[in-house]
Amino acid sequence: MAYRSFTLEMMKNDKGGKVLLLVLLALIIFVPSLNLFTSTDSVFHVSTYTLTLLGKYLCYALLAVALDLVWGYCGILSLGHGAFFALGGYGMGMYLMRQIGDRGVYGNPELPDFMVFLNWQELPWFWQGFDMFWFAMLMVIVVPGLLAFVFGWLAFRSRVTGVYLSIMTQALTYALLLAFFRNEMGFGGNNGLTDFKDILGYDLQAGSTRAVLFIVSALALAFGYLLCRYIVTSKLGRVVVAIRDAEDRARFIGYKVESFKLWVFVVSAILAGIAGALYVPQVGIINPGEFSPLNSIELVVWVAVGGRATLYGAALGAVAVNYGKTYFTAVLPELWLFALGALFIIVTVFMPKGIIGLREQLRKKRSEMNKADSGEDTTDDSVQSEGSQ
Amino acid sequence: MASYTAMAVEPSQLLDNTQSSDDAETLSFEQAVALLAEKANFKQQEQNLIRLSGYEDERVYDILYSFSKNTLFYVKETKELVSAVNIGDSYKVTSVLAGKVLDITSKSKLKKVKSKNSLRRLAGEYLAILGLKSKNVSIRKKAVYDVIKNVDEDAYLTLSKLVKTEPEEDILELIQVGIAMWEVDSDTQQTRLEAIATLSESLIPDVRVKLAAFNKKTESGEYVETDKRVRTAAARAVGKIDERIGFFSFLDNVVFGLSLGSVLLLIAIGLAITFGVMGVINMAHGELMMIGAYTAFVVQQVLPSHIGLSVFVAIPLAFLVSAMFGIAIERFVIRYMYGRPLETLLATFGISLILQQMVRVIFGPTNQAVETPPFMSGSLEFNPIFAITYNRLYIFIFSIAVLLALIYILKRTRLGLQVRAVSQNRQIAKAMGVRSEWVDALTFGLGAGIAGIAGVALSQLTNVGPNLGQAYIIDSFMVVVFGGVGNLWGTFVAAMSLGVISKFMEPWAGAVLAKILVLVFIILFIQKRPRGLFPQKGRAAEN
Repeated sequence: MAYRSFTLEMMKNDKGGKVLLLVLLALIIFVPSLNLFTSTDSVFHVSTYTLTLLGKYLCYALLAVALDLVWGYCGILSLGHGAFFALGGYGMGMYLMRQIGDRGVYGNPELPDFMVFLNWQELPWFWQGFDMFWFAMLMVIVVPGLLAFVFGWLAFRSRVTGVYLSIMTQALTYALLLAFFRNEMGFGGNNGLTDFKDILGYDLQAGSTRAVLFIVSALALAFGYLLCRYIVTSKLGRVVVAIRDAEDRARFIGYKVESFKLWVFVVSAILAGIAGALYVPQVGIINPGEFSPLNSIELVVWVAVGGRATLYGAALGAVAVNYGKTYFTAVLPELWLFALGALFIIVTVFMPKGIIGLREQLRKKRSEMNKADSGEDTTDDSVQSEGSQ
Repeated sequence: MASYTAMAVEPSQLLDNTQSSDDAETLSFEQAVALLAEKANFKQQEQNLIRLSGYEDERVYDILYSFSKNTLFYVKETKELVSAVNIGDSYKVTSVLAGKVLDITSKSKLKKVKSKNSLRRLAGEYLAILGLKSKNVSIRKKAVYDVIKNVDEDAYLTLSKLVKTEPEEDILELIQVGIAMWEVDSDTQQTRLEAIATLSESLIPDVRVKLAAFNKKTESGEYVETDKRVRTAAARAVGKIDERIGFFSFLDNVVFGLSLGSVLLLIAIGLAITFGVMGVINMAHGELMMIGAYTAFVVQQVLPSHIGLSVFVAIPLAFLVSAMFGIAIERFVIRYMYGRPLETLLATFGISLILQQMVRVIFGPTNQAVETPPFMSGSLEFNPIFAITYNRLYIFIFSIAVLLALIYILKRTRLGLQVRAVSQNRQIAKAMGVRSEWVDALTFGLGAGIAGIAGVALSQLTNVGPNLGQAYIIDSFMVVVFGGVGNLWGTFVAAMSLGVISKFMEPWAGAVLAKILVLVFIILFIQKRPRGLFPQKGRAAEN
């Protein structure tokens, strides 16, 4: 059982990760069964709404883990990860669109409604093959991966780093936002893709389908977490961290910095794409709004709130912030943007290590105070975060 | 009040001052006007119009104008003729004889004078001729311009008389074009060729249509025009006109592109200070512009009757307000994170959300309209193809002025020297006695203040709303990055070239695709030149 022992090895010093995986296991077991096998008036019943909401959070968490891999461990602050998420989502959306078949408003067996509406006669070439599930899933991985590869290959090779890279990724997602808004692009324009009916023959509205999607999302998060954890604990991971902390030194030692960065960036983009693909059937719509730069920046805050370079912190942050969003937008919609804005500021100014780092931060502070009492010199190296360019 | 002899006149004869009075009927001008309000059949109404057009009274023009526009009414009780113009919900009712605005706002007290389409067209024709005679230069010019579109024999005769007396150079040229439009169809070849030569100098679209028609063929393949020399001359003239149209529309694109560029310059230049000089990624830059725009809005609310003045009040005020916000942001947030640019990005983004929401709470989520002052409306016309609107012109001048002022501050003042010192090497600058914290706050305030000024300029171009800043933030970052961080001239060149590039791409790509292509272009460009067009040299540029 070499594999298992390796997994154990990998998780040995990862208390947070173990907690995350256990929580996911518990969710997989309890949430769907409480949804499906209890009566609606039972205290333990989990409504389909809650189930879907949790599934959505899990997709966000996977996206956040993907971003943490590049930002926390490689120092690449991508402000365009929402683009990979949305591309994955569009891949799934196109499959679901083709599954509607002749049940659309116009009843065209071949063309989705919006194409009929635009007076298109035949399916554009880039829609070919999306009626097959395996092909669509392949595209969910290939398209974001390829975009990340091309973009990263260009950017890392020319040593576009730090702030510049962030702004370029933002420009990338902004350009995609504008492009997908155009009707001529053939992705439904402003309205995006929606009105999905079923997936692999199962009704999307059915509780059981929702439950399965929830389980798959949880499994995907677990898989994504393990993959990222594997990457960061491997030798490659250590090189990546070295690049984050001192890119030039790593280069001078002889590592091909560009290749390492590119590899991590592509993996992260693919994970983001998978998260998007799982997100779409649960929320039932994908539109160009997902490309909006605002979404990508919000995503960065999830990671920052949870705690960078921990992976499980990113997942925690995503769930916590999104829970806050759901809560606030329902109760005090005017306050949500104030709260989010304040969160950005508080986290960056006072909690550079996020929720996960808070305990350590407090402990350090206390021991510092003790030291100060006993008259020793203190050096403040805890708050200064590493890895920023 | 002298009375004039009224008679039925042909339009061309209106210009004759030697009118013979063989008509027995002699009415005063007021009486003739009053007749329009009487019960009459269309034939009589036509007579009334014709009679009226014979009077040499300046008010004739206005009466015929509102008749032709179907806005001539009379008050039911007094039979007083009025023009009623629809303004929003109510009507502006003006007595045509006295020229006074009457105290009537509803249409119920008014009745329309008898008219029909053909009568209105007739009034329009008289109007055109009367316009030619008008003492008002712009009315006269417009009248000539209208006549050119459709020259008949009457108009030709009129124009031939006017050409001898017209004092204005540009109207004279137009008149000559009008004459040539008639003469080009005359019988003698020589006259026609001369007329074509005259026409080839004109850029009026109708002239080109007329000339191009000479080389049209009938269905059987014959030329409509039989004279071969006329045909070749016309073809050459069309070629010449097209060449000039091409040149001027190129020039128009360049000017329009530069004016787009000047907007980009204005929105990016404040960022060039905070991002370029200080290394702070200020995502709240757009919201500082928004604050400037709202300042302009508030100033206009306070000074509703002085729209022109309000702009000049708003500019310094917006600078101060935005600068205060900027300094506050610097003191309370940014100073904790110098040297961590990625985190300033997040924190300032948070600030931008708060500012947006604050504006939404105070002013509401809808857009507010800021009025354009009178001196900024209208346009500077060079010829029918090429014109510059005044607001674009002023914003161009304004953005250049801001750029120069900023360069002066950075290069020639003590503050500028300190700013540059701190941005190049903070430690050494401190060692030399520069109060770096104070300099940081002022620099950030300067950048923010300029964003505020840009906001005032934007308020003249678009609606002022809570999302104003977001719409421009990515553009402004693109400009700064493209130009090279820390280089104001680079920002200038980048803004102007991006403006011109996108303007030239628009015709074949459409606005949105042009924007996408520009973004892709910048993304690719940065791969080639990671530090922009004009990279900062020296140690400070290394990380």
